[in-house]
Amino acid sequence: MTNLTINGLRVSVETGSTVLEAARFLGFPIPTLCHLEGLSPYGACRLCVVEIGEGPRAKLVTSCTYRVEEGLKVRTASTRVVRARRMILELLLGTCPQAKKIQDLASAHGVRQQRFRQEHDDCILCGLCVRMCEEQMMARAIGFRGRGESRSIGTPFDMKSEVCRTCGGCQLVCPACQLRCTFVEKDAAVCGGCVNLQPPCLDRPKFDNMMCYMKPCVACEIEQDGR
Amino acid sequence: MNIQTIENIVNKHQQQQGSLIAILSEIQATYSYLPTDALQAVSKMTGKSLIDIYGVATFYKYFSLQPRGKHLCSVCVGTACHVRGGEVIAEEFEGQLGVAAGQTTPDREFTLGKVACLGACALGPVAVVDGHYFSSVKKTDVKKILERARDGLDKVEVKTDQRIFPIDVSCPRCNHSLMDASHLVDGHPSIKVTTSFERTHGWVRLSCLWGSYTVESQPEIPLDTVVHFFCPHCHAELVTATSCADCGAGMVPMIVRQGGVIQICSRRGCKGHMLDLV
Ligand code: SF4
Ligand code: SF4
Ligand code: FES
Ligand code: FES
Repeated sequence: MTNLTINGLRVSVETGSTVLEAARFLGFPIPTLCHLEGLSPYGACRLCVVEIGEGPRAKLVTSCTYRVEEGLKVRTASTRVVRARRMILELLLGTCPQAKKIQDLASAHGVRQQRFRQEHDDCILCGLCVRMCEEQMMARAIGFRGRGESRSIGTPFDMKSEVCRTCGGCQLVCPACQLRCTFVEKDAAVCGGCVNLQPPCLDRPKFDNMMCYMKPCVACEIEQDGR
Repeated sequence: MNIQTIENIVNKHQQQQGSLIAILSEIQATYSYLPTDALQAVSKMTGKSLIDIYGVATFYKYFSLQPRGKHLCSVCVGTACHVRGGEVIAEEFEGQLGVAAGQTTPDREFTLGKVACLGACALGPVAVVDGHYFSSVKKTDVKKILERARDGLDKVEVKTDQRIFPIDVSCPRCNHSLMDASHLVDGHPSIKVTTSFERTHGWVRLSCLWGSYTVESQPEIPLDTVVHFFCPHCHAELVTATSCADCGAGMVPMIVRQGGVIQICSRRGCKGHMLDLV
């Protein structure tokens, strides 16, 4: 066991676990994008940053790749962390404004502006699909190609892969090509449509146990009409 | 593409860990680029997935997946060369060759590339053609450089090349001159020593021009044979404890009259020669 302090709370977690695992186990939320249980940590999206250390030596690290250390002092939601996260989300939004997952994260973390040019790329190079294909599907059909600006994901030579078994695992985990956010307009880069939805039945005591998000709500309408 | 060639290259590096780059660079040295089938063959032979190999091949600018020309021209547009007009030189190269940077001329003679710093900033603007550095390149030089490259830059002009000069050597033991003015090699007196290899004895005459590898010998020495050299006057064997940096064979020492020592590799065909002038 390793003893460390997370947000001022002295805790003891299993040696060798990551800061992210420890924090999640204890109920401190840390947003992630390129982390998925069952796949090796990669540290690409930087969304899971936390602050470690104290005073002038404090620094930001990615919690999904950082292993716990004896006496480590972690802050998962300091001002610096929250600011960094917002900036990261803003940058990710610039790359892929159509990705619903990123839009949702951005709304949830209070990103209210988007100052960067929107690229409308369809990949944030998080590497989830590559790891999925390699570690869970044992196929190694796709991977990173090129470097720097021209880095991309795909099969060798852009040809149909002989080892891909079209399992769809890569699509399943992709934060950019899953659901599309269809809301984004040129001047309103932060959508927030889904996250900020109010359940319409909030003021109807009859549906206390279950809220639907349909608008207009068919059931309610019928109910109303029948009354 | 020849599967056997690829297999030889792979087998040669198979033992070392992290040998992929070595394999790829040797394939590129053989074919001037990385053919698709070669990468597929390497993937089969090494058991590495094709995407990993492709990823490495596309990561490094050094590797090319397209066939390249016979001569590689790299024009530096790094900071130091840029301020001295590297871009203009690059444009001139593009104009002369009729292709953009990164492309190969249709006759497969030249591949043009732009690079950011060749590590010779003081000489800028710099262009490298087939491993030969050209410094302070002017726009008007470009045509000449390309013409010389067409003729082959590795061809040495004994008469005009500054890198070639005659030396006068003697035996390190008896200090007798080894020069033989009665027989000329490359138009200069030759260096004559006696030799033995595999129980045959004979002599060899070396060119005394530093940088020239012309030899005459009796009997003919097959390539890659390691030969023992002797002084024709005191019959002492010419040996040192040093071994050749290129091939590991023993080095043969001789005293240079002008002051210094020259060591040549004792393997026929190896160009691992060293000259220490004092
Ligand atoms: S569909 Fe093909 S590329 Fe995608 S995870 Fe499955 S095997 Fe890999
Ligand atoms: S395709 Fe999707 S999962 Fe793969 S790296 Fe890009 S964003 Fe990530
Ligand atoms: S989840 Fe840690 S860097 Fe992406
Ligand atoms: S900038 Fe051209 S050699 Fe350094």
